Amino acid sequence: MSDYDPVEVTPLHADEVSRMEADAIAAIKAADGLDALKQARLAHAGDRSPIALANREIGALPPAARAEAGRRVGAARKAINEALAARQAELEAERDARVLVEETVDVTLPWDRRPRGARHPLTTLQERIADAFIAMGYEMAEGPDLEGEWFNFDALNIAKDHPARSDHDTFFVGSTDSGMVLRTQTSPVQIRALLQRELPVYVISPGKTFRTDELDATHTPVFHQTEGLAVDEGLTMAHLKGTLDRFAEVMFGKGITTRFRPNYFPFTEPSAEMDLKCFVCRGASAVPGNPPCRTCKSEGWIEWGGCGMVNPRVLVACGVDPSRYSGFAFGMGIERTLMFRHNAEDMRDMVEGDVRFTLPFGMEI
Amino acid sequence: MKVPLSWLREYVDLPAVTAHEVADKLTAAGLKLESITSHGHDVKNVVVGEVLEVEELTGFKKPIRHCRVETGEATPRMIVCGATNFAAGDRVPVVLPGGVLPGGFEVGARKTYGRMSEGMICSERELGLGDDHNGIMVLPPDTPIGADVVELLGLRDDVIELEITPDIGYALSIRGVAREAAIAFGAAFHDPADVVPPAEDGTSWPASIADPTACDRFVLREVRGFDPDAQSPLWMRVRLTRAGMRPVSLAVDITNYLMLELGQPLHAFDRAKLTGEIVVRRAVAGERLETLDHVVRELDPDDILITDQTGPISIAGTMGGLATEISGASTDIVIEAAHFSATGTSRASRRHGLVSEASKRFERGVDRELPLVASWRAVQLLAELGGASVQPGVTHAQVEVSPARIAIPAGHPGAVAGMPYAKETVVARLEQVGCVVTPGDDPAVRQGGVDPTGVVTGGALAARLAVTGDDMITVTPPSWRPDLTDPNDLAEEVIRLEGYERLPSVLPAAPAGAGLTEGQRLRRRVGRALAEAGHVEVLSYPFISPDDFDRLLLPAEDARRHAMRLANPLSEDEPLMRTTLLPGLLKTLVRNVGRGFADVALFETGPVYRPREGAPEVAPVLGVERRPTAEELASIEAALPDQPLRVAVVLAGEFERSGWWGGGRAASWADAVQAARLVAAEARLELSISADQHEPWHPGRCAALYVGDTLVGHAGELHPRVIEAYGLPARTAAMELELSRLESAMPGPVQTPAVSAYPVATQDVALIVPDFTPVADVEAALRDGAGELLESIRLFDVYAGEQVGEGNKSLAYTMRFRAADRTLTVEETTAARDAAVAMAADRVGAQLRGA
Repeated sequence: MSDYDPVEVTPLHADEVSRMEADAIAAIKAADGLDALKQARLAHAGDRSPIALANREIGALPPAARAEAGRRVGAARKAINEALAARQAELEAERDARVLVEETVDVTLPWDRRPRGARHPLTTLQERIADAFIAMGYEMAEGPDLEGEWFNFDALNIAKDHPARSDHDTFFVGSTDSGMVLRTQTSPVQIRALLQRELPVYVISPGKTFRTDELDATHTPVFHQTEGLAVDEGLTMAHLKGTLDRFAEVMFGKGITTRFRPNYFPFTEPSAEMDLKCFVCRGASAVPGNPPCRTCKSEGWIEWGGCGMVNPRVLVACGVDPSRYSGFAFGMGIERTLMFRHNAEDMRDMVEGDVRFTLPFGMEI
Repeated sequence: MKVPLSWLREYVDLPAVTAHEVADKLTAAGLKLESITSHGHDVKNVVVGEVLEVEELTGFKKPIRHCRVETGEATPRMIVCGATNFAAGDRVPVVLPGGVLPGGFEVGARKTYGRMSEGMICSERELGLGDDHNGIMVLPPDTPIGADVVELLGLRDDVIELEITPDIGYALSIRGVAREAAIAFGAAFHDPADVVPPAEDGTSWPASIADPTACDRFVLREVRGFDPDAQSPLWMRVRLTRAGMRPVSLAVDITNYLMLELGQPLHAFDRAKLTGEIVVRRAVAGERLETLDHVVRELDPDDILITDQTGPISIAGTMGGLATEISGASTDIVIEAAHFSATGTSRASRRHGLVSEASKRFERGVDRELPLVASWRAVQLLAELGGASVQPGVTHAQVEVSPARIAIPAGHPGAVAGMPYAKETVVARLEQVGCVVTPGDDPAVRQGGVDPTGVVTGGALAARLAVTGDDMITVTPPSWRPDLTDPNDLAEEVIRLEGYERLPSVLPAAPAGAGLTEGQRLRRRVGRALAEAGHVEVLSYPFISPDDFDRLLLPAEDARRHAMRLANPLSEDEPLMRTTLLPGLLKTLVRNVGRGFADVALFETGPVYRPREGAPEVAPVLGVERRPTAEELASIEAALPDQPLRVAVVLAGEFERSGWWGGGRAASWADAVQAARLVAAEARLELSISADQHEPWHPGRCAALYVGDTLVGHAGELHPRVIEAYGLPARTAAMELELSRLESAMPGPVQTPAVSAYPVATQDVALIVPDFTPVADVEAALRDGAGELLESIRLFDVYAGEQVGEGNKSLAYTMRFRAADRTLTVEETTAARDAAVAMAADRVGAQLRGA
């Protein structure tokens, strides 16, 4: 050790350090894969690499020389590490590109292993209607399909001799004088709601109804309606109109044109019919000279449902004082609403249960 | 009601408006437009011609004539004609070449039957005037040659068909519609009933009213010397035809014409066939009448009859008897005009299946003041058109009826409408309707009574319906508005005439509601869950056949065979109300499979109808003048069947599809049971499943579904014989459960579980049990034995084979343990597992496999 000249430590010579750096960078560049790069890293940047060994020698230098040698070696190591990182990134990118290409699949392949089902549009439409009214503060009232005649007719001011009470229109249960029918309208729920609930009453009640019509494109013996009833102090026809205008807008959008015209129902007085401008001809067929329209029979309008101010006789039958309370009620056809809202043309589709009809409607409507 | 516009214009001074404008105004007043039919607008070049010469052509299968016809042109026209009912000198309608007949039928000059024909000689039908096509229409001899037939005969007209609601019987007449049109257009109205018959001293044919509830006015007038051969004039036949009635004979046509114009049905008796005094009464049991349609009818004691000394001669307001009918030889005619009970006529017409133009009007209410006028006009027309002489005297039997009166505050219509109407407006509108309005209240109107023909006016109900307040007015509705009885009836008149379209649109502020009930939410969740899981919802008719019970193999004593029966089913094959949802679903499944969809999963949610044990057969029909008592309401409910809500699922074909990825999975009993679990989970309930034998399921593949001890339904594969009976795909599976029972068992809100952050310890066990041991029992034993530390248990393998011995199966479970407050030691988890196995050994004889 006696001849050891600290100033003259060979590995720390500038030339020597440059050579190590050049060797290392050449080897890194030459690495043609991640494994080769790993070898290059071990050989040129590892613990036993020339540059690492050179670094250890710095301590042996006289203090005056250390700083410069340290800078020289540090710069070389930085250059080597940068080259390594750059090559590493390059090679990884190459590998990824290759492997991910190899893993490519055909994403257009079908995958209908468990097809989804669907709810019936008449069900989801009833729910949507109920929601629209629940948002206004209404509650959903219910009543049985197989109903007492008193609820379905008498309490609604439908006289004993009213033609609707004949077995040409109404399904009777047991015998025609059993006092039991399949409800011909959702209106008996009005009676149940008024008998059961505290006033004021604001209820919506969609449900099944029955009339003795044969099934065809525009009739079905089992159909659906939604009843609405509001009984409170100070309710007027203006409130009825406002409510139905809102209902129509929620169902059909802002562009809908409605018509409110006088009609007759025993359970409302005054009574009205809410018509919608025909969705097929947009009313054009009613103008003479234009082509006829099958959907609205060239009337230009389609009846959506009946409505009116609850006949005070109905209130009396439910024990509600008509001098204090008034109310309005309406009954809209759900099938009609579906036809109008979704261009459904044939009622048979709604009752046959063909999955092709129902599936497109999904979970909500 | 079909209203020819020309007829309407006769009684209203309508401005120059189109039929559509008239119809729109009437629709806005409550007389809804059904359709408009235009007549004659397309007819062109039809003129009056005189037949100058007729040449009979021979050699054809039917008589053919070649005629020279003077049409007022430069030269006469030569026209071929197939009719023979005219002669030279007759004036006839001729369509010239280039002319157009109704329906756009163009006529040219052409060669036919070997001769040139320059146009056509027309029948009434060809001119759109009626059904008569028996020959050429021969015009009166003084008809000017060359005149435009369209103008001359009034061919051009529009017929507005209106839907008349049952309350406004008066609008089933030109008179009523004209009144409404006059109000709508603010035009003058000329009442066709504004005729004052001369005062008569004597009576006509004797008559009396024996039952004042059947009829409150009965009028007879007589003519003699009527010419039975007299024809109805063309204008009358055209109007009748356009209003939808077929011309018959002059006498009948006159009664029909007046009914259409005034709304008063009239009946004509052949005087020669009457015997003695006419009495209006109800039928006596056993009486019969052969009516005009040659049907002998058994009369009901409720039927209102016109009788003479021989017995019944007519069912009032419905149909006349054959024996006293006027015939082609009748010369002496008795005209009846009466006011019959609306309900009585309505019942009779329904009972006998006889809906006539007369019955339609009577049941909707006819103007009680019309009989004297209408009968007078009838005899006048019989005289004028049929050469009859009117006999002096009129028979007028009547029952005194006090008109309904209603008192309301003048502000009532505005209070109902939600917009103010000036008092003058209210009074003016009511007067337009025909009401007499006097200022002030008359409390007497609230005592009221019941009028003889059955309309309730006043009494306790009137007092309850009364509206009182400031500025009362007392209103007497006109005789043609028997529908106006209540305060709100008057409000409607004012509001509709002021215009529904003028009503403001105001959304009321309802009080805050509570949203959907738990049950209503559950139903939505169930539907959504089943649909998401692959099922498609159907809404089948609730009608089933007794054969369905056999197809479902239901035993004789099965409660589901006890069903409500419809008195008037649409199909005699399906008269019962369903007691199970399955038949409808199975038929829908078959329909889908038949249409090429072999992989089907369907569900339905809806009520079944289960008669109650010992329920009364009749639900009482209560009164309506007050709220029923709780007992009265309960008496209705007692008769109604139980109507619980059910949900059912049917499955066939592949539940998981096969495809390029490999095989699929056929729908099976397990999917049916799983559907039930899914439904229960939506109710936050866990089902306990046990094997059962219950029709219509396969006896070895049927699960009973319980919530606690309550049976809620069944699921599994259907019995092969059921599958055969319905023509279902093999292995069709089904589930049906009672949603109402889940609803009532539904627990309260979910309690938040404690989530432990300590590590899980997993132990697998394989147990050998006899084949027949239900897995559910094994798992329950393991759970109970493992105790609180058990977090979850999962069956991951079921094995049967030599290694576990014949008659056995091996069940492999992964059990996960975890404590809330510490990391479990191996000793702790092993102890818990051992306890679980010990419990399984104890309960079901399970052996640890490999032990």
